[in-house]
Amino acid sequence: MDFYGVELSSRLLLGTARYPSPKILEAAIRASRAEIVTVSLRREGGEQRAGQAFWSFIRELGVRILPNTAGCHSVKEAVSTAHMARELFGTTWIKLEVIGEADTLQPDVFGLVEAARILAEDGFDIFPYTTEDLVVAERLLEAGCRVLMPWGAPIGSARGLNNLFGLRAMRAHFPDVPLVIDAGLGLPSHAAAAMELGYDAVLLNTAVAEAGDPVRMAEAFALAVEAGRMAHAASPMEPRDMAAPSTPVVGKAQLT
Amino acid sequence: MSRSSSSAVLRVTVIGAGVAGLTTALVLAERGIAVEVVERNAGLGPGSCSWHAGGMLAPWCEMASTEAIVGRLGVQSIAWWRERFPGTVSEGTLVVAPARDLVELDRFARRTERYNWLDEAGIAALEPDLADRFRKGLYFPDEAHLDPRLALAALAERLASLGVAIRFETDILPEAATADLVFDCRGLSGRTDMPALRGVCGEMAMIRSRSFALSRPVRLLHPRLPLYVVPRGEGVFMLGATMLESEARGPVSVRSMLELLGAAFALHPALGEAEILELGADLRPALPDNLPRVERAGRVIRVNGLFRHGFLLAPVLAQIAAGAALDPHFNTELAHANFA
Repeated sequence: MDFYGVELSSRLLLGTARYPSPKILEAAIRASRAEIVTVSLRREGGEQRAGQAFWSFIRELGVRILPNTAGCHSVKEAVSTAHMARELFGTTWIKLEVIGEADTLQPDVFGLVEAARILAEDGFDIFPYTTEDLVVAERLLEAGCRVLMPWGAPIGSARGLNNLFGLRAMRAHFPDVPLVIDAGLGLPSHAAAAMELGYDAVLLNTAVAEAGDPVRMAEAFALAVEAGRMAHAASPMEPRDMAAPSTPVVGKAQLT
Repeated sequence: MSRSSSSAVLRVTVIGAGVAGLTTALVLAERGIAVEVVERNAGLGPGSCSWHAGGMLAPWCEMASTEAIVGRLGVQSIAWWRERFPGTVSEGTLVVAPARDLVELDRFARRTERYNWLDEAGIAALEPDLADRFRKGLYFPDEAHLDPRLALAALAERLASLGVAIRFETDILPEAATADLVFDCRGLSGRTDMPALRGVCGEMAMIRSRSFALSRPVRLLHPRLPLYVVPRGEGVFMLGATMLESEARGPVSVRSMLELLGAAFALHPALGEAEILELGADLRPALPDNLPRVERAGRVIRVNGLFRHGFLLAPVLAQIAAGAALDPHFNTELAHANFA
């Protein structure tokens, strides 16, 4: 799997918010075997650069950091947060979130495309948090995105893949673009389902951070992502309407 | 220093007059040890993060979101406070959630113990002003709360009655103190000797309502914006608290207040009419596991990392620290596992 020229072996990306403690966060990252973690700037004292202690802790974990613009509700906010992130973490990667609706945390896809265009021109490598809308996805690619991150369900909702049809269509429509399911996963089976659909990776946070045992849940997700990916590669059978006996019926002795 | 000589000749300095320092000093003084407390600020007040605390003695509620050890230690503190601070209110805690977030209440219940489920009538019986607002609630009858500012003053008074003085405007480092034993209770300033300490910002508001009353702390669960409201008497309520991985001590941000005040309004619209008395922000001293530590290095005993559990944990930590002082063989870092 390749994101903006970086070769990665783990297909699980982990968010770093809301863990019981930094120590548990670290153990969860190790257990998840994630190579990329997302870090929110706005919430953690971005403007005053006051999140330094926490950020240095994350930097020292030795995983690749994907800063995000979580909590930004306008293009301007998202763009300035991205610039701050580039300066703070020394990376051109940015997970771009422009929130359009406070209750569902649904992306504002119009603002997203606009912000993506501005940031791409500025040399950013953008990971846009978007919906499964194909037209929006096309616009994001035109704007310069090389990875797309459609939602599974609203952020933190633990609902899994809400629109299976739409997500399948998206995979079929963009066979060569790295696609990451971002947000809405609650269970490892949701992650496995995303991987079985042929998605390249999944990104999650709350499902692990707020589990009773985040470290165990991180490992469960790692196993599920691996299982789902392996199943996809193994070309699974198609569902059918009638039974297909696994042993021949014709010629069997009639015992009744 | 020798243990065989009377402990009364032992000279002990406690640095820091927050809740960790004052409880430690009191536990030592009650054991007949000659203690003095030094504090860099001019008085008990906002210079210590204890000043901005919620003052909830809620070990079972905390169990829902922190490691079990915090609850187990915290349980032991409630009796300590009751015996020493008559302002300790033993009315339990009420936890509610809006209808759309009832799953949060189920999850909270699953992770803790010592609660009763309440229906609408049960909530109304406990808190008449919350009648018809919530369909379900959790009641933790064994929990208590106190006003941190009054509690700190009461500790200082008790110390004075035992002959312990607090020397304010005295900023000394543990290594510069001349006492036989030094208790480093400096909170975040102690990071000079505990580099893993970090500050976790918490913001709070004090409001006064003339038309709304509560008898006990109420926690409103919400997936993103949890809130607690602690009654301080005379219509005053403390609203808390944000928790940000940020070391900005303030001023309070608009967003945080929107969240806190919005959540208060969701608890009851009558709070929309309340007056805002005070906004505050401070940094909780926390270690990477967000658990407290008592550790000894030579004649210095450090009590730190109380995070958001200062009043809940300080009395127990003070007793552990006093044990450390009186046992010459106590020299290992007390990992949290040892607290069990």
